[in-house]
Amino acid sequence: MKSFIDAYSWINLRYLLEGLWVTVEVSVLSVIFSFILGSVLGIIRYTKIKYFSAIVGFLIDLVRNLPLLLIIFFTYFGLPNFGFKPAIIPATILAMTIFESAMLAEIIRSGIQAVPSGQMEGARANGLTYWQAMFQIILPQAYKKMIPALVSQFISLIKDTSLATIIVLPDLTYHAQIIYGQNANYIIPMFLALAVMYFIVCYGLSVLANYIDRRLA
Amino acid sequence: MANIISNHWQELLTGLGWTLLSSVLALFFSLVIGSLFAIMEVTENKVARTIARVYIEIFRNIPLLVITSFFYLVIPLYITKVNGFTAGTIGLTIYTSAFIAETVRSGIQSVDSGQMEGSRANGLSFWQAMRYVVLPQAFKLVIPPLGNQFVNLVKNSSVLAFVAGFDLMYQANNIASTTFDTINSYMVVGVMYLIITMPISYYMRYLEKRLA
Repeated sequence: MKSFIDAYSWINLRYLLEGLWVTVEVSVLSVIFSFILGSVLGIIRYTKIKYFSAIVGFLIDLVRNLPLLLIIFFTYFGLPNFGFKPAIIPATILAMTIFESAMLAEIIRSGIQAVPSGQMEGARANGLTYWQAMFQIILPQAYKKMIPALVSQFISLIKDTSLATIIVLPDLTYHAQIIYGQNANYIIPMFLALAVMYFIVCYGLSVLANYIDRRLA
Repeated sequence: MANIISNHWQELLTGLGWTLLSSVLALFFSLVIGSLFAIMEVTENKVARTIARVYIEIFRNIPLLVITSFFYLVIPLYITKVNGFTAGTIGLTIYTSAFIAETVRSGIQSVDSGQMEGSRANGLSFWQAMRYVVLPQAFKLVIPPLGNQFVNLVKNSSVLAFVAGFDLMYQANNIASTTFDTINSYMVVGVMYLIITMPISYYMRYLEKRLA
């Protein structure tokens, strides 16, 4: 019991919260970038531009089928060989964006496909161009339907940022490792803290998503 | 790349073996555990439903790395010595079982409720109806998502590298640090992952289309 009280001293808690902040920061930026890139890729895959869409689709499948850990290694240790050496946080964001945008592209493509084709035909018949119809009619409906799938992907993104501890990203998991590395009595309290903090962020996000989904439906 | 393959093919194949073994074991056990929780979720019993819900929500919302390193550090502290492979596979199983529980539950729920009612009316007990009527139909529906879950497992088993689990990723790190040829080491291993995962995910996509 005493080890719990010691482990949760203000200094340790503050150190954990600093880590949590890095996790949140990296996650939010990666969500934004991968949402934009994923939408572009999803639309390219949906529109079936000759050859181009097929090649992009194949590249998406390649990235989707690789372990994220490998992509993180590749960005951090591999890219410097090509003369580009990102720092730890940008490297993590880059790796997450590459991986997650491929995952999101699939979700977005199938979301667009789920919008009834009459919507596009109707919009075109009313004089909108293809891209006007896409951005003003199809995408808003598609995104609305995709909210649950998108959010569960974002949750897995938040969890996956923990993998970047291997390139010493100073995130929540890494800070907890530092604390229990100093004192083995802190192992259980630190894992409990990790579980609670990740749970609050991820579960909170899914509750919020359910709420938004119900409001929009 | 040819250099890496010809000099290190033994480590690479060993790593591939451990990765596959860990994924298959984790798939098997998480299928058993996940199905159990899925059935608990669809029973009338409120306590069972709550336990299942709590289990699923907890392990779906905590990073795999945290779960895996927990077992790696805590089992030797209180129970017995454990190697990275075992601890990693236990972590993978627990994490994946929460996702499989959700998949199987949605499979069970998409089996027409008349099937259960009909079997009960014909004198089968709840468990008999589940075992002989509902589950066989549910599993047929969830084969594509389970296949995708296996692909995820193969990819996720790379966290074994964190706990020295001898897997493909672990070997990649070793080869990269001994040869200093990071790009090619990771490329070779990446291709090896793709050889396993790509055919399965394309086949599952094909199955999904055929079932739809």
